[in-house]
Amino acid sequence: MNKIYLIAQREFLTRVQKKTFLLTTILLPLLIFGFYALMIYFQVKTGNNTKIAIVDKANIFNGKFQQDDEIEYKLVGNALTTPQLNELVELKKFDGYLVIPQSFNPNGKDTLQLSSGKSLGIMTREKIQGKFEKILEQQRLLSLNVSQSELDSIQNGNKIKFANISGQEDTATKVGISYGVGFASAMLIYMLLFIYGSMVMRGVMEEKTSRIAEVIVSSVKPFQLMMGKITGIGAVGILQFIIWIVLVIGLQMILLPILFPELMHHASQVAIQPVGVQAAKQIQDHGGIGAILDGFKQVNIPMIIGCFVFYFLGGYLLYSSMFAAVGSAVNEDPQDAQSLMLPIMMPIIFAIVIMTKAVNEPTSALAVFGSIFPLTSPIVMMARIAYGVPDTVPYWQLGLSAILLIAGFLGTTWIAGKIYRTGILMYGKKITWKEMIKWVVRKN
Amino acid sequence: MKNILELHNLKKHYATQKAVDDISFNVEEGSIFGLLGPNGAGKTTLLRMITGIIYPDTGSVLLDGKPFDPLNDIQNIGYMPEERGLYKKMKIGDHAMYLAQLKGLSKSDALTRIKYWFRRLEMESWWNKKVEDLSKGMSQKLQFVITVLHQPKLIILDEPFSGLDPLNANLIKDEIHELAKQGSSIIFSTHRMEQVEEICNHIVLINLGKKILDGTVSSIKQDFKENKFSIKLNRSVDTGYSNDLFKIIGQDKERLTLQMNSGVSSNDILLHFIKQGLMVESFNEILPSLNEIFIKLVEETKATTRAFQTV
Repeated sequence: MNKIYLIAQREFLTRVQKKTFLLTTILLPLLIFGFYALMIYFQVKTGNNTKIAIVDKANIFNGKFQQDDEIEYKLVGNALTTPQLNELVELKKFDGYLVIPQSFNPNGKDTLQLSSGKSLGIMTREKIQGKFEKILEQQRLLSLNVSQSELDSIQNGNKIKFANISGQEDTATKVGISYGVGFASAMLIYMLLFIYGSMVMRGVMEEKTSRIAEVIVSSVKPFQLMMGKITGIGAVGILQFIIWIVLVIGLQMILLPILFPELMHHASQVAIQPVGVQAAKQIQDHGGIGAILDGFKQVNIPMIIGCFVFYFLGGYLLYSSMFAAVGSAVNEDPQDAQSLMLPIMMPIIFAIVIMTKAVNEPTSALAVFGSIFPLTSPIVMMARIAYGVPDTVPYWQLGLSAILLIAGFLGTTWIAGKIYRTGILMYGKKITWKEMIKWVVRKN
Repeated sequence: MKNILELHNLKKHYATQKAVDDISFNVEEGSIFGLLGPNGAGKTTLLRMITGIIYPDTGSVLLDGKPFDPLNDIQNIGYMPEERGLYKKMKIGDHAMYLAQLKGLSKSDALTRIKYWFRRLEMESWWNKKVEDLSKGMSQKLQFVITVLHQPKLIILDEPFSGLDPLNANLIKDEIHELAKQGSSIIFSTHRMEQVEEICNHIVLINLGKKILDGTVSSIKQDFKENKFSIKLNRSVDTGYSNDLFKIIGQDKERLTLQMNSGVSSNDILLHFIKQGLMVESFNEILPSLNEIFIKLVEETKATTRAFQTV
């Protein structure tokens, strides 16, 4: 044990003391935060950027026009001619104009034309289209002598509220967030497995090609060397992960309110309001940050982080020993590594495929199987856990998956240890999977 | 004399070949032992079994009279493999500390011993240099220090002089003698015969996984002598000259190389010349060099260099 610790210590320190470690550890969260901030920035600040001039010759709007979030409509005088309007667009006073001819009949099938300086984005087009459809629909209904109050009562839709049998609300936002969290955490595990797995593999290859392996195995058992390397690099991963979490949370809590004070104000307002039509409507209308912040409260964050750490460690231990075995079988030529890695990549890719199905159908048979089978469970289970324990993932499934994962990594470590022990001391010859299987089956 | 190491009928078979096929020999305590053999003879496999890196299929290894226990006996062995390397990015001092601690030395012990050896081999200024900045000979020296640092009872050196200049080779040679004097036993694996002749007391020659020669350097030379003598006389004699005592197989002015016939003693030859009134200025037996013995034996067993190390 002491020797494993010594080896792990060296592996850990040599990596952590490198400049690249500091760089990736600090830069990555900054980058993620930067993207995040940019996204929010555009969502918050880009409102009212499209200006549309409306020439309402048919007087459909009756001089009133309800403004929208991102598009500013302005009724301009009917006297303006087309060249004058074109000039306004060219002067960038407006992005486009729409002329409603005097002959326009809301009940007919007439089309309206919006002329714009530069092509409008799809989202903007849809919003304008939606806006006009809604207004014209109202016009049509009013022309059928439907009173405004009748109209309001029609539009006051009876919505279906989704809930689970224990009475907890199960809103679309919550499902969406579960989807997002599940997908993101599963992808993160997938990426970390690869990053740290190949780090182990490269470390083993380095030891083999630099011919230090034999020097070391004359002092320690090959298994100790392998385990030391795996634990050392695993510790690097955990440290990096902790730094990331602290940085990301810290940046969000400190920097976000400073950069976007109105957002935080808005969010707290949303949270305070009682759950009612008004709030629901607001959430729908604003369609985003408020609802997301609200929805996050319904996701069991400590549970997810706990499971994430467990499945990352389990998956890492399971796969990294196999990566170590592959590394031990590779000679000077890194190309060999790629063909040898294929059998390891397959279950991981398989897991990603199951995961994309599991985030949509977390209780389907395939998802349940994938989340219990140890080669795929680290990725697939993370996609399911976001939907809630124990309502989507019963305790027995979580327990069984955990036990199988532990058994799985003990198994792969044992097998990999046998391959590693022989491979690390073999030079000059290209090793095939067939030979490696022979080493595993062979008795000592 | 006590045996530090005894090998009894060691066998190791790989899928296609017998890497080590029934080898037994003993290494005396405090001796310098030469393990010789052509490339691919099974030397490395044998050494790996002695150091507990791999296990023999059958047979036993006794270290200091007790069965070899890989877990605890690692401390008693210092092994410098032929394929040796170091972590390139590590500092030399740190590297030595790391490997010393892996051998089971405490931090403070490791530090004092490394300092001692670095001073001894004039490496003190290297401490903070990186391994990648070392020349091949320099890293060889570092390897040697690491191997002997923990004062093992048995030191195994596989080709320790490859890449060393004569000055450093002599330095290491002196250290090997010194270590042997202090009671360590040294197994020295090589195919450089002149070094073996110079250093070793006892040798074993293996080929194709089998032991083909075992004995002290002098006894082996005696065994392989071909009764050749060199004699220097005060005047040259006729080359055609022969009798039933010897044949002349070479002549350089007054110096003759003789092949003695069987059943004849060297005194008979001397008497023969003395009787003829010739003055014998020098007379000595020509013993074969280990190199000649090696080549002869290996060619006899028809060693073709085997495929490069298949395991």
